[in-house]
Amino acid sequence: MAHSVSFDICQRDSDYENLEQDEPGQDSFQHVGEPAASTQRRPEIFGMDFITERSDSSSDSSTSDETLDGGPESSLQRHGWSAATLRVLSSMPSRSAGPNSNAEVRWRGSKSRRPSQHHPSRPNQDDVVRAKVVEITPEENKKQQLVSNLRGLSVSERLRKLRAMPLSLADKMEIRRLAFSDVAESSLIDRDIPCYSLLSVYISRSWRHCMFGCLSVLSSLQLWHSPMKKLSGRFGTGVLSYFLFLRTLLLLNLLLFVITGLFLVFPQAVNPPSLYDSHQDTFTGLELLTGTGYLSQSVMFYGHYTNTMIKSQMPYSIPAAYFFTITIAFFITCIILVYNVSTSLGRRFHVLKSHGILAVKVFCSWDFKVSKRTSVRLQSEKISTQLKELLSEMIGGEEEKSCMQRFGRLMVHLVAWVTCLACIVLGAMAIHYLSESNYEAVLKHSAFKETELLLMSAAVSGFNLLLPGLFNLCAWVEKHDSPSVRVYVSIFRNLLLKVSIVVVLCFHWLGRIAVEPESHGLQCWENSVGQELYRLLLMDFIFTVLYTFLGEFLWRLFTKQVLRRKRKPVFDIARNVLELIYGQTLTWLGVLFAPLLPAVQILKLIVLFYMKKSSLLLNCQASRKPWRASQMTTVFISLLCFPSFLGAAVSVTYTIWMIKPSPGCGPFRNLTTMFQSGQLWARELQDAHPVMSWLSWAYNFLVEKPFFLFLVSGVLLMVIYFHTQVVDGQRRIISRLEKQIENEGKDKKFLITKLQGLYEQSSQVFPDR
Amino acid sequence: MGTTASQLGKDMLSEYQHCVLIHDICFSAHKRFAELLTREEKDLPNIRVSMERILTLPELKSNPFRKRICHVFSTSEQKDGSLTFEDFLDLLSAFSDSATLEIKSHYAFRIFDFDDDGTLDCGDLEKLVNCLTGETDDTRLTTEEMRQLINNVSSLRQSDIDKDGTVNLSEFQHVISRSPDFVR
Repeated sequence: MAHSVSFDICQRDSDYENLEQDEPGQDSFQHVGEPAASTQRRPEIFGMDFITERSDSSSDSSTSDETLDGGPESSLQRHGWSAATLRVLSSMPSRSAGPNSNAEVRWRGSKSRRPSQHHPSRPNQDDVVRAKVVEITPEENKKQQLVSNLRGLSVSERLRKLRAMPLSLADKMEIRRLAFSDVAESSLIDRDIPCYSLLSVYISRSWRHCMFGCLSVLSSLQLWHSPMKKLSGRFGTGVLSYFLFLRTLLLLNLLLFVITGLFLVFPQAVNPPSLYDSHQDTFTGLELLTGTGYLSQSVMFYGHYTNTMIKSQMPYSIPAAYFFTITIAFFITCIILVYNVSTSLGRRFHVLKSHGILAVKVFCSWDFKVSKRTSVRLQSEKISTQLKELLSEMIGGEEEKSCMQRFGRLMVHLVAWVTCLACIVLGAMAIHYLSESNYEAVLKHSAFKETELLLMSAAVSGFNLLLPGLFNLCAWVEKHDSPSVRVYVSIFRNLLLKVSIVVVLCFHWLGRIAVEPESHGLQCWENSVGQELYRLLLMDFIFTVLYTFLGEFLWRLFTKQVLRRKRKPVFDIARNVLELIYGQTLTWLGVLFAPLLPAVQILKLIVLFYMKKSSLLLNCQASRKPWRASQMTTVFISLLCFPSFLGAAVSVTYTIWMIKPSPGCGPFRNLTTMFQSGQLWARELQDAHPVMSWLSWAYNFLVEKPFFLFLVSGVLLMVIYFHTQVVDGQRRIISRLEKQIENEGKDKKFLITKLQGLYEQSSQVFPDR
Repeated sequence: MGTTASQLGKDMLSEYQHCVLIHDICFSAHKRFAELLTREEKDLPNIRVSMERILTLPELKSNPFRKRICHVFSTSEQKDGSLTFEDFLDLLSAFSDSATLEIKSHYAFRIFDFDDDGTLDCGDLEKLVNCLTGETDDTRLTTEEMRQLINNVSSLRQSDIDKDGTVNLSEFQHVISRSPDFVR
């Protein structure tokens, strides 16, 4: 039985491929509705060339230097299809954008538009019926299906699912009417409801309005919500990630402050100790900077805390409180950080190997939040640069450099690295020398004692400010090949600088001062260490303010007036984030010696936020360097967790476990180590309240016995091993599924080409139709 | 069930709030929309605003995808990109922070699908890259670069899993899901 179907051949003529000749089978076309909005494809300039040049090759592999459309049978993008085939292609379910697509709606709309001249075929009766059914009700079917799906769920689930569907509002309202018609309460059409339920309807409606209003207020209450929106609109997500990081640190410090404040500072402040050193009572402004004098007697520093029990309504042991508060605060911070790191790593970790970032860049790199015209233009330039760089790598490959050139590059790199490392070592040694000489100055009781104390902190902050500039210069000279390498190298160098400074300082405090405090003339070494940290934190803040003012504001004036350049300075995200991490490390190191240090850090962060924000808006422009925001956020959070928090936790643990507290001051006066206070408390608890002996037994068991810890670590390692095995298995399954999809694709191509072949045969057999 | 542009009835408000992801935008959206209308139009129900006027909104003015956005969200018969208030609400809801990844990727796919055929083929990709890289000559890619880019994006290694030469919605969503940068 033959068909004759004549179609509106709406494509330009191009050469048909040589298709496999099959015996003329039963023509059983299915006339499946109109084609989608446009089957006309204007040939791309390059596409046309390649079509004519292409030869029939096998369909199996597509190599990397394949042409635009691949081999003739490995792509369904050929332009040699007949209209019937195109119609079939366009009505394939995978081509409708999603299960509840509007593409079908558009089909129906476009049907009336398109001047189709097709005559009804003379098909089988079954074909007609099937065709008609398929043609008329694809959309209705889907809607019915959707409504029945929704009816099967609970009301709130239904609402949630309806909201999350990618449909237009009109469609959603219609579906909602259908799906929710059995729920009387939400139907507004049904008007005959008795008056008591009218009241309940009214109440529930007003409650819902209230709730919606509250939700909007809550979302805007999120800290600094609107300034951050303004910044991201102008500068993009890279700069936004800095401010998000700042907010995270603020919340961490707030938590720390609340814990220490509630359990440690407040009880002690309410019951001040009787010791009182009167000659340190004078309060000059300098004390706020140096932390000595009046402040050293306050709750700010370790020395103020007593080693006795406070006898108020309930006996409250300050030493035990001090010990447990600090350890529990660190523990909670550790859990939060590890959770954050694992979630952001988990988001980035792909079970599939990502084969290339080109597709990702094309589809995902446009930041729709940006709305200012200049920023939009800048973004386009940025994306264009990135794409060109990636493509030049792919097209050209590595340029063949001559031996001399490579050697030259190597020498440049070597010199740059040596310079940077030498600067770092020199800086560390200078700090070391300064800290040694600091205490001799203290011993001498010179007149400028107070300001000399500030010298070391000023030197540290100065190094932190100047050396990164030198590193930037080295990086500029080096001219790395890829921008991400440059970013990572600069982060690494800055990190090395800060780590070495902190290590030198820690060594000085814990290795020298704490061990022999008398030789340095210190009564209370914890106090002096706490004061040092306080000074470091403050100096860091002051230098940051100065840098923001001088470096950005004045530099901008300078370039504008004197050099007459249009480019404003660029906000260096990596450097600023590392400064934040450095400040946070100092805070964590100092909590043990100065419990109010988180409060100082909180104030500093708040002021920093507003200062940086106004400086950005006034002085800077968005960077031209590419910045992968989410990857960088992961890197920063990991840097916060691993060198920073881990280092602080290790040094605090070392202090608590090994170092002898000073006998003259503080809550651990008479003990050999701070750790002992915990044991003493457990023993006292056991004696005083035998009921609670299980608590002290648990404490002894968990903390003192190493066997338990070995067991727990062993179990954890096994769990990790099982999980890695599961991930490997998933990878294998995914590669198998990919192969299966490939095979299905081949099947699809085969069927379509067969369809095309059959059509051509019929048109050859019946050329007059 | 229309609404005059000058006021948003309580019934309509609650209807919209049930269907839309973020509840609180309905009032402010209505205000923004009403600003676009002339005085006579404010009293007409279900008024449809032409694309030119929509494009004067500051958020859309500089966006290179503005015309596509209007076309995607428009439900007009003439396909001229005009939007009613409901379409406008759809637009704001899809671009808000609380829209799910599925909704965003669905609409992103439709925005990128320049010829509305349900797949991203080479023509779509070329237009997309040209939109991304801007209008000036020095930022546009050369023909050679374009060919290489499209070849790579649509070839088997990158995003076309079933290797039919085009990227359909599921493949697009697959690519998107591998990138946590798809923030929008």
